Amino acid sequence: MNLEQLPILQVILPLLAAPCCLLLRRSRLAWGFAVLVSCSSLLIAATQLHIIHHSASGSISYEIGGWAAPWGIEYRLDRLGGLVLLVLTAIAAVTLSVARRLLQEEVPEERHHLFFATFLLCLAGLSGIVSTGDLFNVFVFLEIASLSSYVLISMGRSRRALVAAFQYLVMGTIGSTFILIGIGLAYMMTGTLNMADLAQRLTMTLDSVYAEGASIENPALPVNQTRTILAAFAFLTVGLALKLALFPLHAWLPNAYATAPTVVSTFLAGTSTKVAYYVLLRVTFTIFGLAFTFGQVGLQFLLTPLAIMAILVASTIAIYQGDIRRILAYSSVAQIGYLVLGLSFATQAGLTAGIVHLFNHALMKSGLFLVVGCIATRQAGLTLESIRGLGRRMPLTMAAFVVGGLGLIGVPLTSGFISKWLLVSAALESGRWLVAVLVVTGSLLAVVYVWRVVEAAYFLEPDDKTTSEPHDAPAGLLAAAWVLLGATLVFGIYTDLPVGVAREAAASLMGVGS
Amino acid sequence: MSSWPPGLLMIIGGLLLPCLPKSGRRWGTVLLPLASGLHLLWLVWGELPDPTGLQLFNQELTLVRIDRLSLVWGTIFHIAALLTAIYSWHVKDATQQSAAQAYAGAAIAAVFAGDLLTLFVFWELTAVTSVFLIWAARTDRSFHAGLRYLIIQIGSGVLLLAGIAMLAGEGGSSALVFDNLWDRFQGGTAGFCPVMLILVAFGIKAAFPLLHNWLQDAYPEATVTGTVWLSAFTTKLAIYALARGFAGADCLVWIGAAMTVFPIFFAVIENDLRRVLAYSLNNQLGFMVVGIGIGTEMALNGTAAHAFAHILYKALLFMSIGAVLYRTGTAKASELGGLYKSMPWTCGFCIVGAASISAVPLFSGFVTKSLILEAAVDNHYSLIYLIMLFASVGVLEHSGIKIPYFAFFGRDQGHRVSEAPRNMLIAMGITAAMCIGIGIFPEPLYRLLPFETGIAPYETYRAGHLISQLQLLAFAALAFTVLIRTGIYPPELRALNLDTDWFYRKPLPAGIRACWRTLEQWRSDAVTGIHRLADPLRKGAHHLLGPGGLLARTWSTAEMVLWVAILLGISLVVYYL
Repeated sequence: MNLEQLPILQVILPLLAAPCCLLLRRSRLAWGFAVLVSCSSLLIAATQLHIIHHSASGSISYEIGGWAAPWGIEYRLDRLGGLVLLVLTAIAAVTLSVARRLLQEEVPEERHHLFFATFLLCLAGLSGIVSTGDLFNVFVFLEIASLSSYVLISMGRSRRALVAAFQYLVMGTIGSTFILIGIGLAYMMTGTLNMADLAQRLTMTLDSVYAEGASIENPALPVNQTRTILAAFAFLTVGLALKLALFPLHAWLPNAYATAPTVVSTFLAGTSTKVAYYVLLRVTFTIFGLAFTFGQVGLQFLLTPLAIMAILVASTIAIYQGDIRRILAYSSVAQIGYLVLGLSFATQAGLTAGIVHLFNHALMKSGLFLVVGCIATRQAGLTLESIRGLGRRMPLTMAAFVVGGLGLIGVPLTSGFISKWLLVSAALESGRWLVAVLVVTGSLLAVVYVWRVVEAAYFLEPDDKTTSEPHDAPAGLLAAAWVLLGATLVFGIYTDLPVGVAREAAASLMGVGS
Repeated sequence: MSSWPPGLLMIIGGLLLPCLPKSGRRWGTVLLPLASGLHLLWLVWGELPDPTGLQLFNQELTLVRIDRLSLVWGTIFHIAALLTAIYSWHVKDATQQSAAQAYAGAAIAAVFAGDLLTLFVFWELTAVTSVFLIWAARTDRSFHAGLRYLIIQIGSGVLLLAGIAMLAGEGGSSALVFDNLWDRFQGGTAGFCPVMLILVAFGIKAAFPLLHNWLQDAYPEATVTGTVWLSAFTTKLAIYALARGFAGADCLVWIGAAMTVFPIFFAVIENDLRRVLAYSLNNQLGFMVVGIGIGTEMALNGTAAHAFAHILYKALLFMSIGAVLYRTGTAKASELGGLYKSMPWTCGFCIVGAASISAVPLFSGFVTKSLILEAAVDNHYSLIYLIMLFASVGVLEHSGIKIPYFAFFGRDQGHRVSEAPRNMLIAMGITAAMCIGIGIFPEPLYRLLPFETGIAPYETYRAGHLISQLQLLAFAALAFTVLIRTGIYPPELRALNLDTDWFYRKPLPAGIRACWRTLEQWRSDAVTGIHRLADPLRKGAHHLLGPGGLLARTWSTAEMVLWVAILLGISLVVYYL
């Protein structure tokens, strides 16, 4: 079998499948087709990661249309990209496989095929961001993913979903624009959009980049010391921080996640911010490079305080929330803080922790939102008052929530522990004692907001005690939630896949190893 | 299965026993030790040149190590498990059956552990499983005694683990190999702290003086059969561990000597015959500890042989007193007497056990204890030798004469009961036969011993030794008779005797409670203070982050964009600087 075409198939398959969904129209048909496509995507991603992990170079390169790299568009996938793709497609496959059941409650049947088409578009966009080695291509796919996710969110049942989607649209567009400005400025200075090429040219001097005879004030100045490149970097990082929902640019996220259809929250919570984090890693490490980002510019002075604020503030806000989805959404903002914190250490250990947490948190948060979806199939309210006594009515469902909650806290034997452990030891290794203490404090705050849900579900009596016999969510839904949350348990014990791959990915980002 | 530790079969089987129906459980209790014994035989005779290894935390673990020393204990543990299972044939309680099998299995597996970590696992397992034999009596007293027992046993395990952790920390991939730790300490390859921690852990389980109270506290509170199980394994496992890890540690000579002496006094005045036996068990352990302390091949052979014989005769004594308890409902000397008419067989077996423990010639105690005594003489421990002689007299007095006398003879208390159940009689019969068998034909036992010494066969039945022992016995018996006749002998009263454990059972809890009250007062003061300080902080956080707070409410799009602009400004400033 010819596996060379896999990188492009990864993107093109959902992209072309999306309009096909429109043609299929019937909900069941479109759903079956979308599931088939997402499962194929998962298979492709797994195969690609396998190939990358066992290849000598640790990456796959694919030239679209046979045009060589700096001129043509190159798709380039290394271990980091492979891992992100794997978790992205896995969550897409699991979410889609139960999407029809979840949609029945929230979206009218005649609009299901539109939903699946948009969903596949979003998947295509996200896959494209990860796969491509071309910076402008990143922007294009980012727009595909963002536009489709605005649509997905706006399908929420309540009218507030429209407002949330609109706010997200405005903010997301500003973010995209910033990113585009950043890309444009960089292109202006270097004349290239290929990431590898860009990285190389940024370190060269001005006169070697520009054509003979151009009038340059200071020909010996390296490109990346020009004001233009600094501005480009600022636009890129702020734009990505917005997409990433880094505190204080997180405000679009809680409303979007809390009002979107649960199936959309499930998918986006695990994937969209993670992909933005992936792009941030690419920009800071692969393109601009360690020396520029952390030496010359000092990104860590900006990111470390913001990440810590994200952890502490968002966790505390989560404690005060009364709606489970908002608790989870604010918890996501806090967890993004952990991701960015790992990046801001600029050490291999910190990066490893960030990448592992990307993997683990994606599974956890998607699983938890899926549990919320399970609850929503049996009752309307998702506030702490309305889930009282749910531990007895939906024992398996709430048990799944407890597992995910333990993961958020970082209890040993869950995958959350592994990433927190890596993060704390990375902090200690580089002498950041205070940061380590604050990370642990964040975990304690997580204990509180998880406990509030557990307390309501298990220890408080419901207002009406009429429906007390156990009535769990539909088996398929429950199974899907347990697959994701069971995976957090499995990866809490067998850490080879995420940690092993992440360690090598971090090594290659840091520029050591292969 | 060749990599399974011997005894694992019993642990797993024991845990599965409750799933079987009643009759199946019964057969299971007898068949499991047999199967496990066959497993051991297969391991011994099969090809097992190198120990089964396992890698964990950079440490080489050896789950199974079969050598001559562990084989002695492995053999006698299997025999004891089988005999006690027969003795417990009538028990219908699934908890006891299951716990007893798992307990015996854990003890066996612990004996064959080749490294300290494996030892620790099974060490704790014996503690956790055996406590159910105490709780199975289902009385209030037994519950509390069991709890104390468990706390102390787990405590021993924790000390052991601490020692292991420190040893592992000192480095080397072979740091956890279970060999002679004392030699390692003397040779400077192991630190003082870990070795001492491990010694204390072993010492607790071996009931060293002042660490002994759990034994006399808990054993008499277990069920009739539970006590027999308990008497065989826990302390002897500790003796094995000492023999393996601390052979030649001269401090043990003195500890052991003290151990042989002090329980005698308590045993003489104690009324509960099972508690008397617990004290005498403790005193017998003393002889073994002395042997370990001397540490020569002869002495270690003596320790191994004595442990072998001791398990049998101590089990026999506990069995016979257990049978009395089973039939009459009491094991108090003051309430017993004259039972020889009702329970002649049990009486006979009890006398065999008593004779064995008193080291009467032709009984097992004689041929084994003499090895330790001789080792003491050979190594010029004359004072120790004399102490042990004195202790032997005490043994004869409280176990050899007192137990049978007060239970089966003495003043008839009017109990008219039937003979012990047949399964008990069978178990006691076999055990008694083995006691006598070892006394008359010590050859097979000697061949099993860990070291092959030049003096084989041991010249146990030398005239001098024989005569001195007989003299000793005769005069001790005479003394007892005189004391009883003249009425000087302490009467058997329903009294409570205070041992050193009084300190941790009464004043310690009271002290802790007093401290607790003070701390509680401090805590409430501190809480009030913190509240006063933290209230503004909490209010501020609530104002900022609570529902509707500045950071938690839904921002308008304009505010969000403002933040974007601010952040862009800040980053430009940061980057340009």
